[in-house]
Amino acid sequence: MTNRKPNQIPRQPMPAQPPEERRHNFDEVAQGYTIEMAIDEAMRCLQCRNPRCVDGCPVQVRIPEFIKALRDGDMWEAVEMLKDKNSLPAICGRVCPQESQCEAECIVGLRGEPVAIGRLERFVADWEQQQGVREPEAAPKREERVAVIGSGPASLTAAGDLAKMGYRVEILEALHEPGGVLVYGIPEFRLPKAVVAAEINYLEKLGVEIRYNVVIGKLYTLSELQEKYDAVFLGTGAGLPIMMNIPGENLNGVYSANELLTRVNLMKAFRFPEWDTPVRVGSKVAVVGAGNVAMDAARSSLRLGADEVHIVYRRSRDEVPARHEEVEHAEEEGIIFDFLTNPIEVLGDENGTVSGLRCIRMELGEPDESGRRRPIPIKGSEFEMEMDTVIMALGTRPNPLVFSDAEGLERSRRGTVVADTDTGRTTLERVWAGGDIVTGSATVISAMGAGRVAANDIDAYLREEEQPWDTERAAASA
Amino acid sequence: MYRILAKTTLTPVTTEYLIEAPEVARQAKAGQFVVLRVHEQGERIPLTIADYDREAGTITVVAQEIGSSTLRLKSLEVGDSLASFTGPLGRPTEIEPDGTVVLVGGGLGIAPIYPICRTLREAGNHVIAIIGARSGELLFWEDKMREVTDELIVVTDDGSYARKALVTEPLKELLESREIDRVWGIGPAIMMKFVTLTTKPYGVETIVSLNSIMVDGTGMCGACRVVVGGRTFFACVDGPEFDGHQVDWDLLLSRQRYYVEEEQRALELFQQSSQQAESQETSRS
Ligand SMILES: Cc1cc2nc3c(=O)[nH]c(=O)nc-3n(C[C@H](O)[C@H](O)[C@H](O)COP(=O)(O)OP(=O)(O)OC[C@H]3O[C@@H](n4cnc5c(N)ncnc54)[C@H](O)[C@@H]3O)c2cc1C
Ligand SMILES: Cc1cc2nc3c(=O)[nH]c(=O)nc-3n(C[C@H](O)[C@H](O)[C@H](O)COP(=O)(O)OP(=O)(O)OC[C@H]3O[C@@H](n4cnc5c(N)ncnc54)[C@H](O)[C@@H]3O)c2cc1C
Ligand code: SF4
Ligand code: SF4
Ligand code: FES
Repeated sequence: MTNRKPNQIPRQPMPAQPPEERRHNFDEVAQGYTIEMAIDEAMRCLQCRNPRCVDGCPVQVRIPEFIKALRDGDMWEAVEMLKDKNSLPAICGRVCPQESQCEAECIVGLRGEPVAIGRLERFVADWEQQQGVREPEAAPKREERVAVIGSGPASLTAAGDLAKMGYRVEILEALHEPGGVLVYGIPEFRLPKAVVAAEINYLEKLGVEIRYNVVIGKLYTLSELQEKYDAVFLGTGAGLPIMMNIPGENLNGVYSANELLTRVNLMKAFRFPEWDTPVRVGSKVAVVGAGNVAMDAARSSLRLGADEVHIVYRRSRDEVPARHEEVEHAEEEGIIFDFLTNPIEVLGDENGTVSGLRCIRMELGEPDESGRRRPIPIKGSEFEMEMDTVIMALGTRPNPLVFSDAEGLERSRRGTVVADTDTGRTTLERVWAGGDIVTGSATVISAMGAGRVAANDIDAYLREEEQPWDTERAAASA
Repeated sequence: MYRILAKTTLTPVTTEYLIEAPEVARQAKAGQFVVLRVHEQGERIPLTIADYDREAGTITVVAQEIGSSTLRLKSLEVGDSLASFTGPLGRPTEIEPDGTVVLVGGGLGIAPIYPICRTLREAGNHVIAIIGARSGELLFWEDKMREVTDELIVVTDDGSYARKALVTEPLKELLESREIDRVWGIGPAIMMKFVTLTTKPYGVETIVSLNSIMVDGTGMCGACRVVVGGRTFFACVDGPEFDGHQVDWDLLLSRQRYYVEEEQRALELFQQSSQQAESQETSRS
């Protein structure tokens, strides 16, 4: 094995549950590399002197270093290299859009398939988790108290980093479980909740206090927190679902993807009636949209017993924003893709329940601001599809609940919080923000990166290295 | 946390709970609600804040036992804790010195109008309340209501207690005979609909509290969508109080019924398991 040339080893496929089986269960689809596969895959890396892959990663994970350590069998070293930049590798290895980030830049990918960086990352991180919860190193304690609002990847990272620096950190979470989208949005079959739980467990070992059922803007306001704590990190994400505003959208059987996924993931409706929360999907389901959220809603519907699930998307296959792997998996499981199709009305029966979806065909015109070709309706091409459930997965915006009594906190027209990208500072003194609340719905790794940037700046500020607060600067990054 | 400090049976189908929740009590206002889970596998159910005591750090809720979650809540004892308790949620009632106001509480609706009556009265209004139930044994808090109102009218559908009438009858009489500035109607959706139909011809602003099905209660899922004045709102954050004359009642009623089959199944399962538990108790003793 060791004398094979890197370019003679094929990219190692990911072992997965067969589609026929997995479409009926919520167990993880991708099962992870064996050690042999991981080492073979690691051998494919050329250990570039100027690794382009690293530039493709939003947090510059030390990719060649961790892969080398893995290849040499030095697992703890691999863990250390990986976690130097990424505090949630077991999660990112599973959910990062690698094909448009690190792997998109990998030199091996120029002539063949890129090194499977994400899968290796997952392998190393899973190995670490199997070793049991790590005992964190005790940092010298500091007196300052930091409030971290929300418990998604941005907050978990900020909280972990700050706790390691010795600060007294409290997470304030609105729901009854920690993890944000990792727990209420991304389904078990893609990201097992045990993986998230292990990270939470570690934070608790670090001394982070997590308080649940605390809705900021209701139970406490941001300005109260500003008074009570030395620093406040705002990581409340972008959780407000966008609807289409078409007729029939409030019929029974029309869900926002957030509702469906929250019922299924957070409330465990797939285990109803042992768990109390119900969910109902009929036999024919249409999911509108084609991002990760749409794929998750479609594949969850299948697992809840739907016979036929459609993804209805107004653009073409080339514009699908979801991770490639999810689209592939969805197709293997039998999800039907209706491209260049846009819903114009949800049809209902006499009981006020969905009976169909009226759509119009689209064609692609000139590129729009996002650089993607703009879909244009084709006159007279309206048609109807029989459906009994319709799920809207059109994206989300920041939930404004947290902003009540947050005067002086500047926000963009899209409702996102304005913050300096280099520091996370907002226009409110001693309030930092990061993750989806700043960028709008983005990715786990970018949220994580923002949490880390803010943690470092909070530390610098509290040590009085980076003062005073320059409100103009944050505003300038709008 | 969230310990049940007292539990009082109000009627054969309603129970009052006093819950230890100092932070929620500190912020609670009339018109708001909480979302709670009775046990770890439980669903998130919304209940109106029926009373609060900032000093004692307590919240009072009143629940009608209609399905598995409310029955399971009833099976808890004083000293037990809820799995979670989130609040205060929703917008508080807008309190203004309007003059003379009428609050109509039908059935369980008596509980939510209680704190609103008290606050309106403190703001200097002349507060008239009409409370009613199907029969006398389903009526509660009459004395408590008397303390926070200037006039209290009690009715029952079957005449088994007090005056035999639907709540809308004395309401109509008041609208005919007096200058009424604002009306609140809280209770089952169908009763609220009839309250708004009653006040409509008189052009009196009428506030209702919409009890659509909720999950998170924070504006994140949209399960609670209601249509008011032709626009879609999320009842949990935009409400629960809305202008009753603008509400699409048929939509609300139909959306409330979406899960009846599942609810029935959950109810049967809960009853079976509690019967089993009971028979094990008896066979042991
Ligand atoms: C279904 C789905 C699938 C996705 N799939 C992927 C994927 O495959 N890959 C990827 O990279 N990204 C994916 N994303 C996007 C990714 O999950 C998000 O970009 C990321 O989670 C954002 O992290 P965050 O920390 O900013 O916020 P979130 O994860 O949204 O967490 C915010 C937290 O704040 C809490 N909160 C909100 N308001 C308040 C308040 N007022 N008071 C207290 N707490 C509050 C929320 O309850 C939540 O726990 C997906 C998103 C969804 C919805
Ligand atoms: C803002 C608000 C305030 C409320 N205040 C009170 C109150 O003070 N006292 C009280 O007894 N009830 C109140 N309700 C209704 C209460 O939430 C439901 O009765 C309860 O959830 C029923 O649960 P169950 O499992 O016992 O019954 P189920 O058998 O599950 O349901 C019976 C009926 O209750 C309604 N319901 C079920 N689940 C929910 C849910 N998650 N959210 C809302 N409605 C649901 C449906 O219409 C359903 O058909 C309120 C509802 C809302 C939205
Ligand atoms: S964090 Fe994501 S983008 Fe960065 S190396 Fe890992 S998988 Fe690639
Ligand atoms: S670019 Fe590809 S081959 Fe080069 S170091 Fe990165 S992963 Fe290895
Ligand atoms: S209950 Fe989820 S948005 Fe209102």
